[in-house]
Amino acid sequence: MAMLSFEKKYRVRGGTLVAGDLFDFWLGPFYVGFFGVTTIFFAFLGTTMILWGASQGPTWNLWQISIAPPNLSYGLGFAPLMEGGLWQLITICALGAFVSWALREVEICRKLGMGYHVPAAFSMAILAYFTLQIVRPLLMGAWGHAFPYGIYSHLDWVSNVGYQYLHFHYNPAHMLAVSFFFATTFALSLHGALILSATNPGKGQVVKTPEHEDTFFRDTIGYSIGTLGIHRLGVFLAMAAVAFSALCIVISGPFWSRGWPEWWGWWLNLPIWSQWP
Amino acid sequence: MADYYNLFTTVQAKGPVHHGVELGPGNSPRFGHPAIFWLLGKIGNAQLGPIYLGGFGVLSLVCGMLAFNIIGLNMLASVNWDPVQFVRQLFWLALEPPPPEYGLSMPPLNQGGWFLIVGLLLSISVLAWWVRMYRRAIALGMGTHVAWAFAAALWLFFVLGFFRPILMGSWGEAVPYGIFPTWIGQQLCPFATATCSTTRSMLCQLCSCMARCCYLPCMVPRFWRSPAMVVSARLSKLWIAAQRPSALVCSGVGPWGLTPPWNPYTVGLGGLQCCAR
Repeated sequence: MAMLSFEKKYRVRGGTLVAGDLFDFWLGPFYVGFFGVTTIFFAFLGTTMILWGASQGPTWNLWQISIAPPNLSYGLGFAPLMEGGLWQLITICALGAFVSWALREVEICRKLGMGYHVPAAFSMAILAYFTLQIVRPLLMGAWGHAFPYGIYSHLDWVSNVGYQYLHFHYNPAHMLAVSFFFATTFALSLHGALILSATNPGKGQVVKTPEHEDTFFRDTIGYSIGTLGIHRLGVFLAMAAVAFSALCIVISGPFWSRGWPEWWGWWLNLPIWSQWP
Repeated sequence: MADYYNLFTTVQAKGPVHHGVELGPGNSPRFGHPAIFWLLGKIGNAQLGPIYLGGFGVLSLVCGMLAFNIIGLNMLASVNWDPVQFVRQLFWLALEPPPPEYGLSMPPLNQGGWFLIVGLLLSISVLAWWVRMYRRAIALGMGTHVAWAFAAALWLFFVLGFFRPILMGSWGEAVPYGIFPTWIGQQLCPFATATCSTTRSMLCQLCSCMARCCYLPCMVPRFWRSPAMVVSARLSKLWIAAQRPSALVCSGVGPWGLTPPWNPYTVGLGGLQCCAR
């Protein structure tokens, strides 16, 4: 794969967190780094274990392959390989790969003299995975509470865990998370469309400027957040969505174990309502 | 460099406000004095306004406000015009669609008539807003990408509230106007999954442990509403009713006032045409 003419000057030494110059090189377009090596190691090992687990299972149907966590009876211990132990090893590899990827991103940012915003945002997503598969099972006393690695099986997990709280949509943190996800979609569609409308103005028109972009949103909704602001807003909305998602699942079980509709009773039963007949 | 690290803008340049790119003939003058808000400037542009108040914008706002007020007044009526109960039950209140027996015909006002009128007003409002988005882009010589992205959202809106009810032969299939009811209504899972039977049996076990609950079969009035949802609504309702007699307001029209008895939040009372008192 070819390097574009201006990319060569960015291929500099430095920025590594671990191992100095040892892995500070590129393979084709890909930066390696110490964490590039660990990413490949964990990803390869984890994937191989998934494939091996599938081979020991009843099917090769892509949608039906599933590696299940240990039974609840194993608690927080190490389970036998074929009874959830494989799932545990795969989870360790997954975390290893994700964290390695984030740290590789950090090394690249350091090399280029950039801020760490991208790995920071990615770390929020890793935190969500960690919450689902480690924190919540720990708090609930068994690895079996985590989700299985399988396409349909992980969806069934979501459905079943949701129904355990009778109506999961009433989880207030879930409501916030969903709202932030919708807002993220909204913001991205507006931002993407705005940039395209300025750079692809149509037949006979010249390419437009940020003044036009600002004017469009001031005309339509009275406010334009601006070129810097929209990216701050975007990263905030996206990270908030993920943060509240992690929160909504970690409170389901460890903090609140009844149906979520019932939680809203605190509002309905506030003493102030009984002041008036 | 650490100097450039900031989450919120540290230095805000103060210049003359921007009155917007000049518009050609056939456009109204802009409305409002642009104002600078320092707090806004910490994240994005500090300027608020001016806004363009065109004919379609005004039409959209008028129809939208009318619809909003009709929804609110119906909600107030459903709690017997009690302002305290209105605030207390606000999230649970709704303007409900007509019952299925009216099909696609015009029902009485308090049996879905207002719902259909509001639907028409909101439709006019959002379509006028779409026209506004389209024309503002053209007036600024920009592409119409934002309008087309908005069209995707409108497609969802009309599918949920117009096309699908027509194809199903009943306005009752449309989404209610209310916070929790809309939320739940929109997130109806009309497509029964293979997990339905698993969750039903799981739910049975869960429910049989609980003091006052009865399990409803899958065939619930509001077509394909998930059994778990009805059970949870029923449980919530019974739980709320058990708190205090005054917890529910009886307007004599039916449970939750004007809400029809097929509303899942009232179904749990076994079709009683009165509230818990």
